[in-house]
Amino acid sequence: MAAVVSLKNVIKCYVRGAQRVEVLHGLSLEIEEGEFLALMGPSGSGKTTLLNLVAGIDRPDQGDIVVAGERISSHSSRQLARWRARHVGYVFQFYNLMPLLTAEQNVELPLLLTDLSKAQRSANVRTALHLVGLSDRGSHKPAELSGGQQQRVAIARALVCDPTLLVCDEPTGDLDRDMAEQILDLLQLVNREQGKTIVMVTHDPKAAERATRQLHLDKGRLMGVQPRAAA
Amino acid sequence: MKFFYLIWAGLWRNRARTVLTLLATAVAFLLFGLLQGVNAWFGGVLAGSHADRLIVVSRVSQIEPLPIAHLHRLERVSGVRRAVPVGAFSGVYRDRGNDVLVFATEPEALFDIYSDWHVSPGQLQAIAGRRTGALVGEVLMKAYGWKVGDRVPLRTSLLKQDGSTDWNFDIVGTYAVTGSAAQANRIIVNYDYFDEARQFDKGRVYAFIVSIHDPSRSSEVCATIDALFSNSPDETLTQNETEYAQAQLRQLGDVSAMVNAIIGAVLFTLLFLTGNTMGQSIRERIPELAVLKAMGYPDGVVTALVLTESMLLCLLAALLGLAVAAAVFPVTEALGINGGALPWRVIAIGVAIAVILALVSGLPPAWRAQRLTIVDALAGR
Repeated sequence: MAAVVSLKNVIKCYVRGAQRVEVLHGLSLEIEEGEFLALMGPSGSGKTTLLNLVAGIDRPDQGDIVVAGERISSHSSRQLARWRARHVGYVFQFYNLMPLLTAEQNVELPLLLTDLSKAQRSANVRTALHLVGLSDRGSHKPAELSGGQQQRVAIARALVCDPTLLVCDEPTGDLDRDMAEQILDLLQLVNREQGKTIVMVTHDPKAAERATRQLHLDKGRLMGVQPRAAA
Repeated sequence: MKFFYLIWAGLWRNRARTVLTLLATAVAFLLFGLLQGVNAWFGGVLAGSHADRLIVVSRVSQIEPLPIAHLHRLERVSGVRRAVPVGAFSGVYRDRGNDVLVFATEPEALFDIYSDWHVSPGQLQAIAGRRTGALVGEVLMKAYGWKVGDRVPLRTSLLKQDGSTDWNFDIVGTYAVTGSAAQANRIIVNYDYFDEARQFDKGRVYAFIVSIHDPSRSSEVCATIDALFSNSPDETLTQNETEYAQAQLRQLGDVSAMVNAIIGAVLFTLLFLTGNTMGQSIRERIPELAVLKAMGYPDGVVTALVLTESMLLCLLAALLGLAVAAAVFPVTEALGINGGALPWRVIAIGVAIAVILALVSGLPPAWRAQRLTIVDALAGR
């Protein structure tokens, strides 16, 4: 399979006060199309930083990042925004839904950037909500949904534009075990049935077991690669 | 348009704050509408005045009456077309607060001089044939539900020969004023009857209205009239109508400057209010804006969303305030200080101010929203 994500010698530093901290030290990585990758590691190891770089919401200080055939490390802010709209669906730990919008409106948000008609947008929203099993909750606002349901809405929002890559930052971190299992089932389904490439950051070894590959980061370096056949 | 529900939701994120800001801003625009209306009225008074009409009053004081004998000398001044005496007094119709202004004059001459005041020839004849007759302005007829043939009793402070201060007039007709309907708010009665019936100041008048042939010679004619009566016991002060109106308005102070200063102060304060509301609103929604950017919303779209929200808040408030001002404005017609609707010019200026207010108060938070970095915003930094 072709690599959909390719990082070469990526260095990322943050400036905290007078200090410059190098978070990723010359990291190289390839993620193949249709892969479900779990990124694990202790807090501060650089997991989320790596995820953000792959998702194009942060830039490396050095090195190349090529995702979906585009060298995003050299994109301008405007090019990156356009690229994200087309290629990336982001799932956050705390869902990050708009509280005053209904589930349908939340899912529709990425589609507002497209040229689709209102009818086409509505059809896509219905499809996405059906996929996550929330067809009957479209008119509900986030406060009227459980945590698991809110995360399903967030996944529908991430998938509605049919992105190349689904990036998930601790998607089960705010859920109890049952809800977490349901969300992981859903992510596995999306990976298997739709062939969607997923990169997921998690602290939870059980969640990581659902992935087709696990990577461990420690102090900004990839420690070990544990390939695993699809479950 | 497809982003509207997103903007609308952002506007009502904190309902109480938005309602309070909206009401405060609306009240400011109500004040703006009403005060600008007052300004427009002053402007209208000046615009409606005529340089070919002169007003002759006593040089000592405007309330000092002049002898009626001046009339014949005025009519002989070179350049004067016609002159008419005016005795003015106010009366109360039925209840306190129902004040009406009465002009005691020679109606035929008055309507000849005031060519923009219209009365039918028949009604003009009717008042000439009836000593207690009155021609009533349309505004008053409408306000009090009078009709031709009614007898109007007025309570005044003017003693009549019979010792009473109640004056009765019989309505024989109505008049209208072209271009300024609100001016049709007086009662015109016969000077001869008025002068004969009153106890004091007989043979004296409040002013003379003089019509001249050539408006460009008004200054010269004014000077001639005043020279005619100089060093007499009843010296005159003659001004054309425009100068007279300006002098009257000056007595109230520079109202226009005061009104503009008040409005300026209110709008300046408003800037802080709406600026603070928008600033707080955006600060609270930094993570949500970061999520939009993470979805691929370009900086320009996020900036436009914030600015449109600010625009919506200010325009809604302005339209609400101006709508109330427009509803209240015609009420001032009953007071005789205004007429018709809130001028479109005032509405247009109000909307323009709302747009400027929205831009000035919306730009700092929009700038902040544009510059926010997704990673820092999501991490709460």
